[in-house]
Amino acid sequence: MSRVATLVIARGAPGEPSRTERHRVPFEPGQSVLDGLRYIRVQHDPSLAIRFSCINANACKECMMLLDGKVVYACTARLEPREMTLAPLPNKPLVRDLVTEIAPPDERLE
Amino acid sequence: MLVIGAGAAGLYAALAAAGAGAAVLLVDRSLVGRGGATVMAQMTVAAAVGEQVPDDWSCHLGDTLAAGRGLCDPALARLLCEQGVECIREMDAWGVGWARDGGRIRQVQAPGHDRPRCVYVDFLNTGPAVSKTLRAQVQRQPAIRRIGDLCVVDLVVQDGVVGGAVGFSVADGRPVTVAAKAVVLATGGLTRLYRRNSASANMGGDGYALALRAGAALIDMEFVQFFPIGHLAPRLIGMDPIMWDPFRYKLGGRLLNAEGREFTADYGVAEAGSYVVTRDLATYAITKEVEAGRGSPAGGAYLSFQHVEAAALRAAFGPVIDRLAANGIDLTRMPVEVAPIAHYHMGGVRVGPSLETGIANLFAAGEAVGGANGANRLSGNAITEAFAFGRQAGRAAAARAQRTARPAWRDGAARAALDLIGADAPAAANPAALVVELQAVMAERVGPFRTAGGLAHALERLADLRAALGALPPGAPARFALARLDWFDLRNMLLVAEAVARAALARTESRGAHQREDHPTLRSDWQLNQVLRLEDGALALERVPVPAEQAA
Repeated sequence: MSRVATLVIARGAPGEPSRTERHRVPFEPGQSVLDGLRYIRVQHDPSLAIRFSCINANACKECMMLLDGKVVYACTARLEPREMTLAPLPNKPLVRDLVTEIAPPDERLE
Repeated sequence: MLVIGAGAAGLYAALAAAGAGAAVLLVDRSLVGRGGATVMAQMTVAAAVGEQVPDDWSCHLGDTLAAGRGLCDPALARLLCEQGVECIREMDAWGVGWARDGGRIRQVQAPGHDRPRCVYVDFLNTGPAVSKTLRAQVQRQPAIRRIGDLCVVDLVVQDGVVGGAVGFSVADGRPVTVAAKAVVLATGGLTRLYRRNSASANMGGDGYALALRAGAALIDMEFVQFFPIGHLAPRLIGMDPIMWDPFRYKLGGRLLNAEGREFTADYGVAEAGSYVVTRDLATYAITKEVEAGRGSPAGGAYLSFQHVEAAALRAAFGPVIDRLAANGIDLTRMPVEVAPIAHYHMGGVRVGPSLETGIANLFAAGEAVGGANGANRLSGNAITEAFAFGRQAGRAAAARAQRTARPAWRDGAARAALDLIGADAPAAANPAALVVELQAVMAERVGPFRTAGGLAHALERLADLRAALGALPPGAPARFALARLDWFDLRNMLLVAEAVARAALARTESRGAHQREDHPTLRSDWQLNQVLRLEDGALALERVPVPAEQAA
């Protein structure tokens, strides 16, 4: 039987009721959590908001989030065949789902 | 003036323009200095600084023109090679930290160069160091306003003059209008069109689409560079798939087929543990070995450093060896598997020597520009091009802005884009899934090896995808509406993919990065450039002579 990772994802935006969704993702050794999130967007729900640019290189440093309560880069955290809980960074303003406002204030539109 | 894209080209353009006295708005659809291709670069920036051995920009130019297989625009190639030297010095003065031997900048020899010419920052840190250095310079410039998370949807053009751009704030979906006296497109390339690629998620060719819809021309769109030894297996996390390039620069390495034999000599170039095969030839050799049943298990070639001592590996790559160990890879005991991966686009926006497009006040810089590298780019020329073209485009656009009384903004010319941005329509197909379909079509039919049948099939599939995309973005404007962003990306990607496929179908020969299996030889009567324009909503293709070489 093929193994799965279950991603438990905190979703919502300011002014919306927050909710938790569970998504099952086929597990292959060597995948990253970001791979799992990208799979969900393609296969289940493209509205899932995540922030990333470089995909796999840990160069852009945009995909920071909480995994089981700890700050990680989704591109370097390994996907595992178990339940993994994902939430936005707690100390940054929430934009939507797993995306927070991480740009310096003078690089945002007011 | 407005600069679109905050990789090395956009950052350099903004700095040069501000230095010339212009007020600059620098926007990026990701975060400033983090998205794009620059931050992904690991090594090799080519310039004739002559620190390792005597060198001159004209020698670099000779190598660049030779690599381009007869199709380079010599004026653009010269700009790259000549100005690149000053830019490397300028970056050095700004503290980028080029690797040094004592006082001298260290330079390595890359395939296609006649001598050691490529500078870099250790370890595998060229791109991040370049981005950080330019970001720091830009932050010191009060004349440069930086805005991230801003997706530009279209340029505003009236009567052949650009007057600004229309986009939306990704963070909240609000429409944004920018009136500008001059605009620089520094949006990078199109590698996201392919399934396996080495660039970041926002390299979907948006600048090419913006230019086409604005009425500007594209050139050499059939020439997509595949990097031959992109990492294939075992699966690695936290590493750029291009990482084996610097390993080969420093340590040579052996490219082997399933029989454990070095095979590039069978295709005309023997390596014997050195790194000399150019990108187009290596891509060809690996693909043909796989087709002949001599590929590695995952469908590529083996790259082995097993003959290199552990201490030498550690000396060359320090902490990178630990990151490999965390991924279960010990290079002294095992080879890795590599295969061609979409890496860079030689084609792009057609410009004159001042980097102005055919649309007045619209300039382009960096990978967005087509023509400098012809049919095949030399290793190390991409970042150099970003610097040199960024600087030139920034200066030229600043001069234009200073001579222009007010932006040629017309509300009427902005209306169609604003209507799209504000549209509220039911969601149709999943645009993220359509992007994956597009990437599969391009990888399978419009990759390094092409046939008339495959390209025609690709064009049909692109038309299907265009129909599936629909006329309006899904849902309503909202905070970080990623499906909407995918829709706007795919709108651009489909147009650009069609440009690549049409140009590839028309070029009935093989040259550099464009290899037609049904037309396998290089033909002298095809030593010409193909130019594409959007006319009444359809792509029109034209052949033009290669610009003549000017006297140096």
